[in-house]
Amino acid sequence: MELRKSYFADQRKDDLHEIGQPRPRSDSPGHVTGKTAYFADRNFPGMLHLKMVRSPHHHARIRSIDTSEAEKHPGVVKVLTAKDVPHNVYTILILIQIGPEDETVLADGKVRWKGEAVVAVLAETERAAQEAAARVKVDYEVLPAVFDMDEALKPGAPIVNEYHGRNYYLYDSGECRKVRFGDVEAGFTGADHVLEQTYQSSPIEHAPTETTGCIVAPEGNGRFTCYTNTQAMFFTLDNASIILQMPGNKLHFVGGTVGGGFGGKVDVIVEPIAILGAKTTGRPVCFIYSREEEMQISSPRAAEKVVIKDGVMNDGRIVARKVTGYTDAGAYSRHSPYGAQKGAGHYPGPYTIPNVWIDTYCVYTNRTPSSAMRGFGVTIGDFALEVQMDKLARLIGMDPLEFRFINAYRDGDIKAHRQPTEGAALIECMQEASRAANWPVAEKFMAMSSYAKGV
Amino acid sequence: MAIRRGRGVAAINYPTGMNLGGDPTQALVHSTPTGNFMVTLSSVDLGQGMKQIMAQICAETIGVPTDRVVVDTADTDTGPHCMGTFASRGTHRAGNAVIQAAREARQVMLEVAAEELEVNASDLETDGQGNILVKGAPQKSISIFDVALSAHFKRGRSISGRGMFLIPRSYPEKETGAMKPSTCYAHACTVAEVEVDDETGEVTVLTVKNVFEIGRALNPKMVEQQLVGGSWMGISHALYETTEPYYPNRDHGGTDFNQYLMPGPGDLAETEIIVLERPSADGPYGAKGPGEMCANPQIPAVANAVFDAVGVRIDTLPITPERILRALKAQAPN
Repeated sequence: MELRKSYFADQRKDDLHEIGQPRPRSDSPGHVTGKTAYFADRNFPGMLHLKMVRSPHHHARIRSIDTSEAEKHPGVVKVLTAKDVPHNVYTILILIQIGPEDETVLADGKVRWKGEAVVAVLAETERAAQEAAARVKVDYEVLPAVFDMDEALKPGAPIVNEYHGRNYYLYDSGECRKVRFGDVEAGFTGADHVLEQTYQSSPIEHAPTETTGCIVAPEGNGRFTCYTNTQAMFFTLDNASIILQMPGNKLHFVGGTVGGGFGGKVDVIVEPIAILGAKTTGRPVCFIYSREEEMQISSPRAAEKVVIKDGVMNDGRIVARKVTGYTDAGAYSRHSPYGAQKGAGHYPGPYTIPNVWIDTYCVYTNRTPSSAMRGFGVTIGDFALEVQMDKLARLIGMDPLEFRFINAYRDGDIKAHRQPTEGAALIECMQEASRAANWPVAEKFMAMSSYAKGV
Repeated sequence: MAIRRGRGVAAINYPTGMNLGGDPTQALVHSTPTGNFMVTLSSVDLGQGMKQIMAQICAETIGVPTDRVVVDTADTDTGPHCMGTFASRGTHRAGNAVIQAAREARQVMLEVAAEELEVNASDLETDGQGNILVKGAPQKSISIFDVALSAHFKRGRSISGRGMFLIPRSYPEKETGAMKPSTCYAHACTVAEVEVDDETGEVTVLTVKNVFEIGRALNPKMVEQQLVGGSWMGISHALYETTEPYYPNRDHGGTDFNQYLMPGPGDLAETEIIVLERPSADGPYGAKGPGEMCANPQIPAVANAVFDAVGVRIDTLPITPERILRALKAQAPN
């Protein structure tokens, strides 16, 4: 790695003692010698193991659940179903007033994705819990499922989630989050070329080294200590408090070093049910995802679809950009309404375009619920935007890097969401990339600056 | 049939912190009797090195060496509120809270030293080595160890501070979408060079040259680890990863690291990282959050390089050999 101090030197004082120093990480020796303690390194006498019975169907009505065989299985201490969860229907972002509550901790009457949690089994050993889970009998009536966003948005499509009553999230702005700037249709009319393209992506897994999980210990004073690898301690505590209808002062969350998150550990999935298990049995409870659960049950990055329509001039100026983004939330909201909205704030990318129209939708399907992941709401949008930029440059016969210089945002430029640009540095990154990759561009581009024009 | 070479570019920006604000983080700082400092947070270290960075920020602000600072994280009984470690917010939000807390603690420390040295607190400075000196008369000094002892046992002072950082929430305007998503943005430009085998559809990423603008590299070695890792993750996203390769058929989803494809050591591209620093107005010592941004530009850069190599556009991720071969077949003259 090289630090190129010549850029922005006038905005920076390099007079610091500790900041800017490549100090060795104090926790590295522990990590590489196996001495760092993770939450799962704890073991409590009498600790129970929790395993989930999961839906084998994408969409089904639950006619009945028979747990009698599981309860009789040797080593089983407790079997939990929906009726045992005090506030079973929740949504994580209710803490910042983004509702409605739309997801069940344990399925109640219906399952909406293949893998959904239906029954929790607590036993003396992992093996006993696993065996007993296989003995729970659930009678399902399979329902038609919706597998992609286009199908979900068609009139008459089966409703995925009754708590929404429609297959998209309803924002205060309507069926999507909207950004309107200038006159996009006039922009297309006046453009030398118009190009509309569609981009799509598959869900991907966060793939942390340490799988999601927690261990809950009941304390002598009536409190519960939850040792967890959540990325957000109070977010999880506050949600657990709502789901369990338990005052927050009864809960003590303890984290520590986490073995990778990448956004996958901001859902609140394992903690509430494990605390409930500890409360109902009076014993410590361990609920840790297997690698298979981590990869196929935990929320992935959403599948996305992005449609970009651009108007471009032969001289390289983009004069209009319309973006329609679709985020496949799967069966439940989790963090997806926020992610789709974040996309609306990100488009049209780091370029100054006079006419912009953005619609971003959060769509429900019978897919594994997606949620936050590194680059949430932006990563797939950047893939779409930057491939589109390449196509536009080639369409007008211009070098792709030079084409970006022509449209790059600079300090003071008004963005589509009506904020002035501050602290821009796209131009300088491209200048340095031009040098590093030996990709020459015209001298006028190398002489540009992100600082406001005329300053 | 041949191995074909191509290169592609992508340029991006990325917002720091939870979009639209409203995401607070608090910090507490106090000295022990031995003159070491404790930073108490409920924020979580995900393995990215948050504890180390908070120690350096606290040390810089108080004016002591980093090894005099201990950071305690992730406990809801002892640590003040933090929204969490996500949205590229940890360093920016918690760092600002630590600076505010450390400034308050430093002020008390200087006041106690001033009483001991019989001067005004405003006439004192720290030497960064654990001592407090009178400006212009460095022979008149006191160690921070002695200041802490005095505060605890003689003067009855608590060398401590409270810190809070909050970007107020912005609500998007319904019709126009007017809003303030973020107060600062990191930037990147990546050039990727690939080889594509037009017989098998296999893509080899030869080099990635990443230029990142991150506000301030608070610890350049840790910046490097995050940016190199992110660059790898971006390539993995572009070419390999999916949990549902034949969706809606779910039978072929990977369930372990053998089945879930990611690039291994033999697939690593030659990776170059160049860092620019344009300090952000509201960042701790100018820092922005590059944690998420650094895994994004490789994806379109690789996609554009594949087109440059073989002349087909793969507009659906991941860009698998199967998709490339199908596109080449569709493009071939009958």
